[in-house]
Amino acid sequence: MSATVLAGVLPAATAPAEQIGEPVVNIAIFGAFVLVTLVIVFRASRNNRSAADYYAAGRSFTGPQNGTAIAGDYLSAASFLGICGAIAIYGYDGFLYSIGFLVAWLVALLLVAELLRNTGRFTMADVLSFRLRQRPVRMAAAISTLAVVFFYLLAQMAGAGGLVALLLGLDTVAAQSVVIAVVGALMILYVLVGGMKGTTWVQIIKAILLIAGAGVMTVWVLARFGFNLSDLLQGAIDVAGEGGETLIEPGRQYGASALTQLNFLSLALALVLGTAGLPHVLMRFYTVPSAKEARRSVVWAIWLIGIFYLFTLVLGYGAGALVGPERIASAPGRANSAAPLLAYELGGVLLLGVISAVAFATILAVVAGLTITAAASFAHDIYASVIKRGQVEPDKEVRVARITVVAIGALAIVGGIFANGQNVAFLVALAFAVAASANLPTIIYSLFWKRFNTAGALWSMYGGLISCLVLIAFSPVVSGKVDPATGDSLSMIRDTSVDFAIFPLENPGIVSIPLAFLLGIVGTLLSKEKPHPEKFAEMEVRSLTGAGAEKATSH
Amino acid sequence: MSETHQETDYQRVQRSPEFQDLRRRFRRFVFPMTALFLVWYFVYVLLANYAHDFMSQRVAGTITVGLLFGLGQFVSTFAITMIYARWANNRQDAVAAQLRDEIELGTVGGAAAARGPEGSRA
Repeated sequence: MSATVLAGVLPAATAPAEQIGEPVVNIAIFGAFVLVTLVIVFRASRNNRSAADYYAAGRSFTGPQNGTAIAGDYLSAASFLGICGAIAIYGYDGFLYSIGFLVAWLVALLLVAELLRNTGRFTMADVLSFRLRQRPVRMAAAISTLAVVFFYLLAQMAGAGGLVALLLGLDTVAAQSVVIAVVGALMILYVLVGGMKGTTWVQIIKAILLIAGAGVMTVWVLARFGFNLSDLLQGAIDVAGEGGETLIEPGRQYGASALTQLNFLSLALALVLGTAGLPHVLMRFYTVPSAKEARRSVVWAIWLIGIFYLFTLVLGYGAGALVGPERIASAPGRANSAAPLLAYELGGVLLLGVISAVAFATILAVVAGLTITAAASFAHDIYASVIKRGQVEPDKEVRVARITVVAIGALAIVGGIFANGQNVAFLVALAFAVAASANLPTIIYSLFWKRFNTAGALWSMYGGLISCLVLIAFSPVVSGKVDPATGDSLSMIRDTSVDFAIFPLENPGIVSIPLAFLLGIVGTLLSKEKPHPEKFAEMEVRSLTGAGAEKATSH
Repeated sequence: MSETHQETDYQRVQRSPEFQDLRRRFRRFVFPMTALFLVWYFVYVLLANYAHDFMSQRVAGTITVGLLFGLGQFVSTFAITMIYARWANNRQDAVAAQLRDEIELGTVGGAAAARGPEGSRA
């Protein structure tokens, strides 16, 4: 199950609720977070006048602020609960994920962030349409943006249901649905009122809480083992009992067969190339006043994200040593309950409450970031540029963006309720694969390759997107994967007699990413489109010097 | 408005030795660096995936070769980040800023024509 760890939270509707901690405390702390962030969002929204204010927060955030917000956007519940749990149960193999997630930021730092900031305004499509034919390229970029956002959003919302079962002791589907609806409604409120500015503040506050909370727990765990990492690992090995040694060796999760190894390779490729193509990450680079600040953002983000993943290494093994894999596996959220159980073990009801609230805040902040990205993409690329051919008042465009926010929020709530308890774990991995195949090749070619043209972009984007979707549809995550021990289905389609999985890998990246890069070249070379040297000159000069780049708005 | 066959300000800047230098330095830095960290990352992934015995060797206590390699990825990522940021701050920013000012003030190649920053856009 290459993607389980990424899902955020496992299906919970069927799990028995062995309640730990005090739901009232968890809700109270989360409520305090909501209250504080709402006040900030309302204050921040006073200056939301223009499109640049709504989509890009007036480009007024500093590098450190934006870097913290990027960490808040990127460190989803999957990173926190999923990776801690994976390390607690699978040991070293869980650690492998965090490395791919981190190294990926170097692609963003070196090749994408600054150049993108210098040449675009609000969305990824701005950069692509600089020298390519605008309407088809914007359409394609918007479709792939919406696809990535939809997969990511659905996974987060479905995860919210499982988290509820674990943290609030709500084990009926109806009660979980209510909480999903509340989370969705709150998110709509934040994004509708606060725009990018409000969303950014929510992400900043959440990132600080998450990293500080994880930091406190990390020091606490290390203190229990005399600040000796080797003793901590030994503790985890001892508690795991027979075969515990494999916790510190690779292969416990992926070593089973040549196929699982190939699966991991495919995932590793999608992780490292996907991040710099995630639309909600790209859009964050527009919230700062200059390329230099975009660079500072990424430097801050890399430090914060890297340090956080080092914390999860300690927390994962700490959960293994202090809680034990058996108790984790039998808890309501299974692997995802490792971090909350560890918090309870260390600091009792109060620390569990803080960590639970942070986990909720995480879903809220990530979902808000995804929603504003989708709204900007629809309103700016599809509505204003493709449908209205650029003949639209900025006010009207922002109004369309706000309507889109409500529509996407509603869709997320309905999708989250339906997906609750479903096996949609593969969706986050799919989002990374689509981002790496449909978005990254076109971004790179359009910034660095003079001959690249519209046909190349369309071939690469649609080819990458479609190949990902088709390969996933015919993969074991959708049908035909059976647990050999229990005979239960491990696929999205639960009926074990249905099996159309003709593609053996669970992650399409290893096929779709090289294919999309190749299609970009083939499409370009086969097209008779005339090159525009003057436009490439403008793009290249602007991307490296920042001439003519969008400035911060002042009020 | 400029015709297509006429050279734009941006093309003039693109041809200028200052910009060519800036571009060459940028590419000479980021392309090899990207290749380096990607190769290092995939060496690590392949070792973790296919060289279990090697990665499981213990160095001290329960600290394995694999753990050190993994932590090494963190160290290299932090190091490349700081090296790049320093290099860009010190070597690139001033040149980029000067070219930007020339373009935005319309003084490219000594052409004193008072053009706005949007003047040469088609």
